[in-house]
Amino acid sequence: MATRAPDRPAAAPPGRPVRARRGLRRHLVHQLDTRASPYAYVAPFFLLFSAFGLFPLAYTAWVSLHEWTLLEDEHAFVGLENFRTLLADDYFWNAAFNTLSIGVLSTVPQLLLAIWLAHLLNRPLRAQTFLRITLLLPNVTSVVAVVVIFSQLFGRDFGMINWMLSWFGVGGVAWNEGVASSHAAISVMIMWRWTGYNALIFLAAMQAVPRELYEAATLDGASGLTQLRRITIPMIKPTIVFVVITSTIGAMQVLAEPLLFGSYMVTGGVDRQYQTLSLLIYENFTRLDFGYASAISWMMFLFIILVAGVNYLLTRRAKGGLT
Amino acid sequence: MGKLRPLAPMLAAVALTVSVAACGSGDTGTASAGGSGAPAEKIKLTVALFSDFHYAPLYEEFKKTHPNVEIVERRAQFNDHHTNLITQLATGAGAADVVAVEGGYVGAFTPNPGKFHDLKQFGLDKRQGEYLDWKWQQGVSNDGSSLMGLGTDVGGLAMCYRPDLFEKAGLPTDRDEVSALWPTWEQYIEAGKKFTAANVPGAKFTDGPGEHFRAMVDQAPTGYYDDQYNVIAGTNPEVKKAFDLSVKMIDAGLSAKLPAFTPPWNTGIVKGSFATMVCPAWKTGTIKDQKPGEGAWDIAAVPGGGGNQGGTHLMVPKQSKHPKEAAELIDLLTGKESQIKLFKEASALPSLPELYDDPAVAEFVNPYFGNAPIGKIFTDAAKALKPQKVGPKAGDILKAFGDGLQRIEQGKQKPDEAWAQALRDVEKIK
Repeated sequence: MATRAPDRPAAAPPGRPVRARRGLRRHLVHQLDTRASPYAYVAPFFLLFSAFGLFPLAYTAWVSLHEWTLLEDEHAFVGLENFRTLLADDYFWNAAFNTLSIGVLSTVPQLLLAIWLAHLLNRPLRAQTFLRITLLLPNVTSVVAVVVIFSQLFGRDFGMINWMLSWFGVGGVAWNEGVASSHAAISVMIMWRWTGYNALIFLAAMQAVPRELYEAATLDGASGLTQLRRITIPMIKPTIVFVVITSTIGAMQVLAEPLLFGSYMVTGGVDRQYQTLSLLIYENFTRLDFGYASAISWMMFLFIILVAGVNYLLTRRAKGGLT
Repeated sequence: MGKLRPLAPMLAAVALTVSVAACGSGDTGTASAGGSGAPAEKIKLTVALFSDFHYAPLYEEFKKTHPNVEIVERRAQFNDHHTNLITQLATGAGAADVVAVEGGYVGAFTPNPGKFHDLKQFGLDKRQGEYLDWKWQQGVSNDGSSLMGLGTDVGGLAMCYRPDLFEKAGLPTDRDEVSALWPTWEQYIEAGKKFTAANVPGAKFTDGPGEHFRAMVDQAPTGYYDDQYNVIAGTNPEVKKAFDLSVKMIDAGLSAKLPAFTPPWNTGIVKGSFATMVCPAWKTGTIKDQKPGEGAWDIAAVPGGGGNQGGTHLMVPKQSKHPKEAAELIDLLTGKESQIKLFKEASALPSLPELYDDPAVAEFVNPYFGNAPIGKIFTDAAKALKPQKVGPKAGDILKAFGDGLQRIEQGKQKPDEAWAQALRDVEKIK
């Protein structure tokens, strides 16, 4: 943790007690400095985290055990009743399924695409910086703008995508009505915003891979694809694990895309066909049913830990197969 | 000026606010200021609205008689405005001195008068005789004890239609003949079948069944609530009848499946994706905003004889430190002169029936809608309205049925299943 102080008390030569005592005091101050000050340096973060991260987390758990509406002074303690209702609530399982489905549909192609893009950019190119900045542009665009534009592209009557599909004889897909079609549309929006961002993270990791490996592989006649599979991916495995975890967490929390795609409909479509867990929480918060909304929040938290954990194990295990 | 969006999950919220307000807030914040209006004292009044009500010139008028008053207007988006108000009332801070409450929300506040000043204290009950009776009653608390708000506009109902599409389908285009096509909703559906049979390319007879369902329920003597504010949505035959008629519209292929107030619906108004839509007075403003072109839409009578949708009240929260001045401002904003001005300026239909015979209103024609005599059409509808008890969560209940109709129209459910699920959703609304 901290660097060891070189002057240990045991190392003080015998027969010089005064110096030793002075040395001891200096030593203690030094010890305090090396041991305690790092904590002081990181304290601001942890104080803020406790106030805005840990406390809300604990308080939400407390609220979830009550019949709690914002405006009432009395909040009756109901124990796990909210969770019991929740587990029997079709709308909750529906939202969990939608979240998982949109998560898989958006994350898997997104990460594959990001690795491929990073691989393409990880070589001497003209206008390298320009290309890399371009990757990040969709990410700096406001999510509202992205969803509004994409919702128009996915329009049923006058949307561009249906217009293009009509060239191939496919007509009038009502993207927001079906389960699969709405999930696909929302996934495209998510991919649009995050693929470039993840590609940049992959690219940064790829730059740290020693050039010699590629040179040697090229001499051995390995193709670009083989180099990607055999060298790049195993070498950037820790980054892949990191990106998989953060993307999973992000995908589990999707809110703005489905909310705006449904023109601000908190149910996520008339049949709740694209209501995610966040949206379900939001629906219950707008009804000021804080107890139930908090219970869903905690279930979602557990859900994220579970899914992220599974993904972590999967990506970790994949490592063994490739090296 | 007064639109009730189909999305109203906050209604439940309002109801909660109000029920809480009942318990403990009889006199929060009143003691702080006498509101005596001594001329030297500088006063700032805030007015919270959910769109541009075109009040600016009226504020200037108010300042002439109240030189010490400064008026600040706050505007928020429709849903946010009402959510903000709920939170402000709940937390006891931050509410404006004068707040606009839309017709779909007013029933959620009236069960509890504790959070608002009784405008009778400031002599505004003298205005009762001027008002449409049902509009006045909407602003009175459920227990009848308090005058909570004064009405601004009403949303008299009509049916907007596209003459160009009617012509292509071989239907009459003159607005009187069009009105004669559909004295009842059944006849409206028959006209729709004729339109559909003519196969006009790219156009359906109507936008979607949701707004029609809403209009039909609103026209009935009772809707989702009985006189004691119990939810009777599942057992009221009027609701079922409206639902069945809406299903008939879907089955006959009349619907363009475009829910109102969504972006594709906006596009449909311009492109002529549908030939008719239910049209409260203020919706003429919505149509005009989409710029479909002059004369593209015209206005005929609504089937079923009259009705109202939306319209707004102005209220003074208990938190206000200057309730007397706020009440005086409301008096001015809802006065006869002001209502005539606002009608011409913003198509806000007056809520004072004597103005309906005033030439400035009765003879007013709207050039954007083929010179339709909107003064006459909408006032006829407002006069014909039979008032109905509107309960606190009417908006949420309406949404449950509207979603059900859309599930049928999207082929996800049979009418029976959709009806059953709508009733289950209604039961869940706390």
